[in-house]
Amino acid sequence: MRVALFLTCVNDTLYPETGRAVVKLLTRLGVEVDFPMAQTCCGQAHYNTGYRHEAEPLARHFSDVFGEYEAIVTPSGSCGAMVRELYPRMGERARAEGRGDSLAATLAPVVPKTYELTEFLVDVLGVTDVGAYYPHQVTYHPTCHGLRGLGLGDRPRRLLQAVKGLELVELPGAEECCGFGGTFALKNADVSAAMGADKVRNAESTGAEVLCAADNSCLMHIGGTMTRLSSGMRPVHIAEILASTEEEPAV
Amino acid sequence: MSSRERILGRVRRALADVPQDDTPYEQAVSRDYVREHGERSVAQTVDLLAENLADYRAIVHRCTAAELAAVIGRLLAERGSKTVLVPAGPNEEWLGGTDAERVPDRAESTPHELDQVESVVTGCAVAVAETGTIVLDGGPDQGRRRITLVPDHHICVVRVPEQVVSSVPQALERLDPVRPLTWISGPSATSDIELDRVEGVHGPRTLEVVLVSG
Amino acid sequence: MSGTFVGMPAFPKAAHEAVNNPTLRGNLRHATHTIRAKRATAVAELTDWAALREAGKRIKDHTLRHLDRYLEQLEASVTAAGGIVHWASDADEANRIVAGLVKATGESEVVKVKSMATQEIGLNEALEAEGIRAYETDLAELIVQLGKDRPSHILVPAIHRNRGEIRDIFEHEMSEWGRPAPDGLTDTPAELAEAARLHLREKFLRAKVGISGANFMVAETGTLVVVESEGNGRMCLTLPETLISVVGIEKIVPAWRDLEVFLQTLPRSSTAERMNPYTSTWTGTTDGDGPRTFHLVLLDNGRTDTLADEVGRQALRCIRCSACLNVCPVYERAGGHAYGSVYPGPIGAILSPQLRGTASEIDASLPYASSLCGACYEVCPVAIDIPEVLVHLRERVVEGGPVTREGNKVVLQPAKGHAAERAAMRAARWAFTRPGALRTGQRLASRTRRLHPRTLPGPGKAWSGSRDLPPVPAEPFRDWWQRTQGGKGGAK
Repeated sequence: MRVALFLTCVNDTLYPETGRAVVKLLTRLGVEVDFPMAQTCCGQAHYNTGYRHEAEPLARHFSDVFGEYEAIVTPSGSCGAMVRELYPRMGERARAEGRGDSLAATLAPVVPKTYELTEFLVDVLGVTDVGAYYPHQVTYHPTCHGLRGLGLGDRPRRLLQAVKGLELVELPGAEECCGFGGTFALKNADVSAAMGADKVRNAESTGAEVLCAADNSCLMHIGGTMTRLSSGMRPVHIAEILASTEEEPAV
Repeated sequence: MSSRERILGRVRRALADVPQDDTPYEQAVSRDYVREHGERSVAQTVDLLAENLADYRAIVHRCTAAELAAVIGRLLAERGSKTVLVPAGPNEEWLGGTDAERVPDRAESTPHELDQVESVVTGCAVAVAETGTIVLDGGPDQGRRRITLVPDHHICVVRVPEQVVSSVPQALERLDPVRPLTWISGPSATSDIELDRVEGVHGPRTLEVVLVSG
Repeated sequence: MSGTFVGMPAFPKAAHEAVNNPTLRGNLRHATHTIRAKRATAVAELTDWAALREAGKRIKDHTLRHLDRYLEQLEASVTAAGGIVHWASDADEANRIVAGLVKATGESEVVKVKSMATQEIGLNEALEAEGIRAYETDLAELIVQLGKDRPSHILVPAIHRNRGEIRDIFEHEMSEWGRPAPDGLTDTPAELAEAARLHLREKFLRAKVGISGANFMVAETGTLVVVESEGNGRMCLTLPETLISVVGIEKIVPAWRDLEVFLQTLPRSSTAERMNPYTSTWTGTTDGDGPRTFHLVLLDNGRTDTLADEVGRQALRCIRCSACLNVCPVYERAGGHAYGSVYPGPIGAILSPQLRGTASEIDASLPYASSLCGACYEVCPVAIDIPEVLVHLRERVVEGGPVTREGNKVVLQPAKGHAAERAAMRAARWAFTRPGALRTGQRLASRTRRLHPRTLPGPGKAWSGSRDLPPVPAEPFRDWWQRTQGGKGGAK
């Protein structure tokens, strides 16, 4: 199976190790991964801040870049939700504005074949034990767009539970938003920071070394809060845990 | 232009973009929800009513028709009530076991006068098991709405099983919307302090429900 | 604290105070967390919750689609049942109608059932100006009124107060309004409820005019419904000689049968009860039972403007249950006052900027008062996609465009204060549609990475005031991919 990795602009720029982990993990599972070099950004930040019309060219670009692939895999719940939930809505809105079906028709092909990583592993590849080894105490934060937008449910947890050496500790208030919210983190910095601090306190209360999530945007906020609060915990993307093996452990 | 015409005109203009939809009301709404939750025997439904009434702090008693007067007499005596409001209709036999002074439900009574009465005894129109609710519709054995509101102690007689339904949808089917209805689920309560429920505000602080069979 | 919302600062500024008030944070956290768990249990009891939610949504959508017809039907049914129907385009007109009706009775005081519509139009203040005193009788509204405070929650307007604060308000303020608080009043909820009972009893018993809202109005039968807990609603609806109900036009349901949906979903969503203690329904007037005169004031006040917006109109499905407030992490930390409206929380953030427009600073900031986490949509018993409407209203703020105000179509200009953001978004779009430009930027960032601070000056402080920045990696992923041919080249 040949899939396109949609890494997202944030991961490409700031978290290349997550990208390398996805490649390593999928390759290990027999998937042929391609990274279309023309990929950029799904347009989520534009769309969610109120710049839908600025997001449209980005969505068209996404569709141009990824349209030919069998499946598109992304290690981001929120960017996955952007394509799956909001691209169809953008098409509908353009139609309602009297701009015809062109946008909807352009975006339609990529919508059903875009998968968030854990979804792809569990639903498409049908695996929960990916042969990973990660000898640490981990607590898992389900990010909002993965949880409520894509309905990832217990897939990430099932994948983590199958990791050798990993002890999964329940996070109190797990389903509560960490406070990132894209430009919300800037526009409402006080509330965002308060939510982040509460998330970190809850994470610390588990005694785990690692807080894991399937979205680096949220982890950037939580991790930045952790270092500021001098918490001993580390934020780690789930791909890096699942890519880690006894032969090649994650650092 | 009257405000009536202005508002109706605004509504029509606001909906101008919406495609014409002449689906009749009956077909416009999918009603895939259930008419009642779970399967129960008649006796189990009555038990559920008792359980849910008690869960919201109503005091539940069960007796036969022959025992009813004695039970009501005992409840009024235990409460120490010297006066009891009685709807115009019935129920003389319900009060055969008490010496408390009967105060009739009269249109002329002022709220202040009603406030002097200690207890009220009524029937009901229907009771809902799933929610622990009794519904009054102002029928002859229930009287005006205010008589079950101002006195602090309400005894409500429910004939079981015939007055009991399982669910809210079944209750609404039995009720006449033209009549003024009061749905009562436990004594008055509030969640206004720290969103935690405490019983006992303006309505009767004690609600006793007598489930009468036979 | 003043009793009005006029001139509220933008949400972030108002929230700043709340976030740094530990008592308020504690009160809100305690109350919202208490009710969250209970709601989940109450909802889980109904195996058909999803179907009830869908039916509730469809009933409301169908009604809104044919609102003109159902309004006319309601008017005819209420009139046939002995009620008198009035129409009010806006708050001023509604206030004038109500004040006139009260004056016509010769009374100078009224008792009120908790009602969002009358809060929205500022009825109490309008009556006060006409020499009419309005007594709030809901416990939480009483706390707000006595404390000269503002409501901060739809269901529990005094949610920002804990029991100790309520005790102090009762002790100091009750005597100003009538019967003083009992001596030695403690802060146990039961004693506080008892104090309210004693304080309000006399007012109920002597009241000649009651004012209410309604949770539902049934077009087919002309029936109004009030859902409550304390019995203050029953007092106001049945003891006075005259009843005046002020109700938003979106509160209509077509048929009696429709109540079977909402009487299941509303109590479980709001107070997390299988059923609230008291629900009253009345159809016009009834001989010898309850008020002899019944007036219904149908209120527009921005609702038809909201109806004109094809994305935003779903907000009119709202049944005012408060479930979205109780689960909202932003509400929990910012508190209700920051929303600058009687409708706080997620629903307020989409309702206020539609009812009032986005012209004021506070209304233009409300669509941003959310991290778009979606918890509100998940619990909404009529499936209002609040995040969708929030984003739509953000678009209205930054792009402007056609809207309806007071029944007229107007074109809004883009809001001021977003120019830098708009430029940044355009620049980002430019770069993101040109992979080469993105790559150049990434490389520049990587080459200068040792120079990057972990905190930022100026506007960047919004991030780095509370969070460190992530370090920029030595090379972006795409360079690694190209260098190693997707990791196959051997280089790590």
